[in-house]
Formats: sequence, structure tokens, C-alpha cells
Amino acid sequence: MLWSLYANVLVQGVLTGLVYGLMALGLSVIFGVVRVVNFAHGEFAVVGMYAAFVLFRSFGIDPFLSMLPIAAAFFVIGYGLQRTLINPFVSRPEHEQFILLVGLAIIMVNGTLMIFGPDARSANLPYSFDSWEIGTIIVDKVRVYAAIAALAVAALLFAFFRFTATGVAIRACADNLVGAAVVGLDVKKLYALTFGLGLACVGAAGALMVTLTDATPMIAPAFTLLAFTIVIIGGMGSMTGAIVGGLLIGIAEAMASVLIAPSMKTMASFGLLVLVLALRPQGLLGRRA
Amino acid sequence: MKTTTAITRRTAMAGAAATLVAPAVVKAQGQTLKIGSLLPRSGFFAQAGQSMHRGVLAAPELLKDLGYNVEIIHIDTESNADVARTQAERAINDGCHVLTGAFDSGHTLAIAQVTEQRQVPFVVNVAAAPQITEQGYKFLVRNFQTGGQLVTNGLRLIKDVMDAKSIKFEKAVFLHANDTFGTAQRNAMDAIWPRVALPIELVEKIAYDPRAQDLSVEVTKIRSINPDLVMCVTRASDAIKMVRDMVRQRFQPKAIISPGSPGFYDEEFYQALGPLADFVLFGLPWANPKANMTQAFERAFVKANPNNRFAVDSFNAGFAFEGMLIAADAFKRAGTTNGPQLMEAVKATNLADHVMIGGPITFDAKGQNPNIGSALVQNLRRVPTVVLPKDVAVAEPVLPFPAWQGRS
Repeated sequence: MLWSLYANVLVQGVLTGLVYGLMALGLSVIFGVVRVVNFAHGEFAVVGMYAAFVLFRSFGIDPFLSMLPIAAAFFVIGYGLQRTLINPFVSRPEHEQFILLVGLAIIMVNGTLMIFGPDARSANLPYSFDSWEIGTIIVDKVRVYAAIAALAVAALLFAFFRFTATGVAIRACADNLVGAAVVGLDVKKLYALTFGLGLACVGAAGALMVTLTDATPMIAPAFTLLAFTIVIIGGMGSMTGAIVGGLLIGIAEAMASVLIAPSMKTMASFGLLVLVLALRPQGLLGRRA
Repeated sequence: MKTTTAITRRTAMAGAAATLVAPAVVKAQGQTLKIGSLLPRSGFFAQAGQSMHRGVLAAPELLKDLGYNVEIIHIDTESNADVARTQAERAINDGCHVLTGAFDSGHTLAIAQVTEQRQVPFVVNVAAAPQITEQGYKFLVRNFQTGGQLVTNGLRLIKDVMDAKSIKFEKAVFLHANDTFGTAQRNAMDAIWPRVALPIELVEKIAYDPRAQDLSVEVTKIRSINPDLVMCVTRASDAIKMVRDMVRQRFQPKAIISPGSPGFYDEEFYQALGPLADFVLFGLPWANPKANMTQAFERAFVKANPNNRFAVDSFNAGFAFEGMLIAADAFKRAGTTNGPQLMEAVKATNLADHVMIGGPITFDAKGQNPNIGSALVQNLRRVPTVVLPKDVAVAEPVLPFPAWQGRS
């Protein structure tokens, strides 16, 4: 039945899109506040995947639980990285920031290659292969869990920025940097907190991704590209835009697989990107500069 | 009787030539053959490149036991054709007498341009694109099947296993990666499928992006067709995604058979899927488990790579070793490292005792070894096991597949 095929594919697209959205959220948060594009974004996601893999293989910790300590560790790493390495580059030209972060990405890819080798590594959870059958629709358990976890992390982040004093201060920095500095906000510290939060999102997304796909060092550039596509479609710096962009990409790729050809699904996401750039360059939920 | 002692001009020239050449031959006999092993040990093809590299690491000791003296220079092509070309140039500048490689057809063609120009023999160990031996290269031989041969032999083995197990497949789907190798296999399939006349309806051919995060949509599409045979051309990580999504979506075909591709015999496939990796079949050139040379090579392999299983690496490692063997044997016969003379010896290769299934290693006028056979291999208890043809088989094929659920 054709409708059943479409329904199955649509559900898969929505669930995958939510995890994509979480991954892109970190990139959007960092750019929205610090105005630095993290070109090592995908590489951090892959390190998050490996961290979840190691914790599962060595200590049997489920990635849905280990995403919390991984996110915390990534927050600390992000905070430290911003204070030491990134901060001197914040006011420098964009090409210098690009070189710095691409260099960091290359080190991370080769580091993971040296430690883990080129083979795909997967966390074989006891319920990895389980699914629910609802009528003619089959839904993977891990995909549902990952989507719920992604929504929960995104909701926490939204709440942090909306309801806490630090979150409001960070938003103030993003809206008016000079004004924020004038009223006495510690901009450097807030930047470091933002970078930490951005990386915490990526770490959590990496831990979730390892339940859906295998970790290999070479998928990192694909993740970076995917996150960029989502963020540009949703609107650079918009957190809601990142989630909406992720959903759109997930659904577009899935439907293109059925309606056109599976090998064309990447083309669908880039087609969407071109369309958004042509019709609404600031992204669907982005603000005009 | 009159004895002529006069020295003619021709005799003088021959003598002079002999005087010039003899020291070179003597020097070569005491010399070591320097082989450049070009493999993609990092980047996209790193997994296969590392697997082949393990075979190269095992080669020197066994070659020494066989009376060959070689020095191997290990070179990483980084899964990049441009790097392969520059590294080939560099290897020759650094004194390599022969190059072997290069796993990927694109890399192989890039290296072939260099070896042809520099007149250095190039022994291709794995690369299936037909044009490699169709472009008139004089300094290249290939000890591997072409894409067409891989598919033809793979399909023939499907027929053989159907006969052997008296099993029928009604509908089939062909799933393939849309990279260079996968597309070449698809083209070969388009050309060869009508000729082999298998009693199966090939319902759909599905190309997928090998860099996709999962194959859930592809499997959903296959499930909606409900074939009893899935034929596929994959790489290891895609093969894992495919089987994982089949299990999640409760799709149970009678068989999954690859008519000539990697993916199902890589260690990561077994590690990721455990018992779900079992019973998948693939038709490929494979190490002959009953050959003496294979058994000797296995011992050398285990010694050089104590943490790796020979059964899993035997395809990649076997061809990597045979590349070295061909070069070393040619050097022994030629007695020189001079490129054109060494190439003549390579072309005259006739090695009956070797690792992979098939007749003696020889090369036709185009530089292609026409005697490489294929085996049908099945994963049994996470070990790739030869199940056909009968003369080299070590187990019976298991068909149809046992259900995914309940495997342990």
C-alpha cells in the first residue's frame, strides 16, 4: 500500500530530523551569540559518539544516560576552549577563525582515527533492533527515544535562555554586545558559557546519534555540512530555526528517497538550501542583518 | 681442420654487451627488490586499506621462506586519487622498482599513468574497473577480476546455490551504493543479468548514497516490494545499516546475497551485528582454504597480526600478498630491477602455487589474469566460510535464512 509506505517514511523523517535539529542547535547557539562559526562542529559530534560508545562498551552505560555526563564534560571542554583558544580569535577576521577551527577539526579526525581506527563502532543496545508495529507503520524504538531525548534537551536549553538570569544575559550579549558590556556584563565569561552550552548540545547529540548510526572518524565532515545546511535553512542564530531546519531536512530527505530515488536524498536537502537562500537569505526563522 | 679465431664485429659487440650487462645481473642477484605498496590506509577506504596492509605486513617473512628477497615501502594514498599519483611519483624517485596497489579503481588509474611514464612495473592487487586493462598500459598487470567478471561469477554462484539447495527465489531487489564501484557493478548487472537467465524476477534496482546516516527509507521501500531475495553491492558500514534496518522493520527475506562486493566479511560487520551477521552470502574471489600456500600465508599473517582474524582479512590480505609474490617471482627470474626487463618477467608469470581460488597466475596480452575463480562464502558463526564450489568448500550452505529473531 502506497500510503503506508509514505507514512512509514514520514515518521522516520520526523524522528531523524529531531536529532539532526539538536545537533545543529549547538552550532546555532554559538554563532548567535559569539559570532564564531564552529567549523569543527561535526568533529565534536563524532567525539561525543565515541565517548558514548566507550562508556557503553566499558561500563555498560546506556547512551541515553551517558549523554548527561558527556554533555557536562563537553560543557567544560567548550568553556575552556573558548577562554583559551577561541577568545583571542573572536575579534579577528573570519578567515583566521576558519583556519583555527578547521585545524582543530583535522586534529580531532586524525586523533579519533589513531585511537579507534577506521572501523565503524556501534553501541549494540539490548533494544537496538526493537520496534513497535502500529497498524502498518513500524517505528524503531531507539529512533523514538532519541527524538524524545533531543526534544527534552532542546526544551531545557530554551528554558535556560528564557527563564534564568544567565540565559537572559547571554541573550542580551547576542542582541547588543556594546550595551551588554556597558551595563557591566562579563562578556568573556558569557561567551565561554555559550560555547560550553553549544558543545554540550553537540555532545548530547553525538551520544544520541550513536544509537542510530555507527561512529567512524570520516563521518565528521558530513555532520558539519549537515549542521550548516540545517542552520542556514532555519536561520543563523535562531534556536527554533535549528529544530525546524532539522525537521525539514529529515522529512525532505526521507520523502525524496521515496518520491525520487534514495541516492538523491542529499540532493533534496541541498535543493532546499538553495531555495531558502534564494527566497529568504536570512533563513526561515532568522532575522535580517 | 682450420680453426677460426678472427673476431668479427658482431662478436665484439656481443662481448661488449655481455661485459656491460653481466655485472648488472650479478648485482641484481645480490640486490633486494624494493616494492612500493600503495594503499588507502586513511580516509574513506581506510578500513579496506588497513585490511590489505595487514596482508602486506605478513608478506616479507613468507616470501623469504620461499626464497625471495624483498623490501617493502608502505605508502598511504589517503583515499585520494591525487595523493595516489604524487605518492607513486615519490615512491619511484625514492627507488622503488615495482609498485603494487591500490584497492580503488580511480587511484589505480592515477598510479598507472605515472608507472607508464616512468616505465616501472605496476601490479594491481585489487581494482575492478574494466578500463584498467583496456587502455593499453604496457607496465601494468592486474591480478583481480573485472567488475563484469565479479558479477558474472557472483550470479552464476546464485544459480549454483539454488540448484544445490533446491530453493527457488520468485522476486529479487538489487540494492547498490551509488559510488564508482557500486555504479560499475550496477552497469555490469544491467548487461549481464539478461544473459545469465536466472529464473528470478528482478523487480527493482535501488541506488543509495553510501554516506547516508541510515538506510531505513531504502529498507522500507524494499519491504513494500517484499522480495524473497535481496542482492546488494555495499561497503561494510552500509551493510551494517542495511541489516540493522531489516531487523528493525521485521523484514525477513529468504536470502541476502552479494554478487561480488565487500561489506559482509569485515570485522566491523561481525562486531556490530553479532549473530545477525550470520548466513549472509557473497560471491567473491576468495582465499582457497585447501591450498598449501594459503595455509602458509595464514601462519605468517597470524604472526604479523596477532590481533586480527585471517578468515576475515583473507580476501584483502590474500590479494595484497599475491601482488608481492608476483613482483618477487618476476624479479627472481629477471635477475634485474631494470623496469622494462622486469616487466617482461612480470608478464611471463606462471605461478601455480598461490593463495586465491583459481588456476595459475598468468597474464593475457592486456595484462589481465584470466584464471581467478570465485567462491560463494557464507557467514557461519561469524566466520566467512567457503560453501561453494564443492572442491574448495569447507561447509554446506544454509538456506533459507533462519529468522532474525531468536538467533544467539
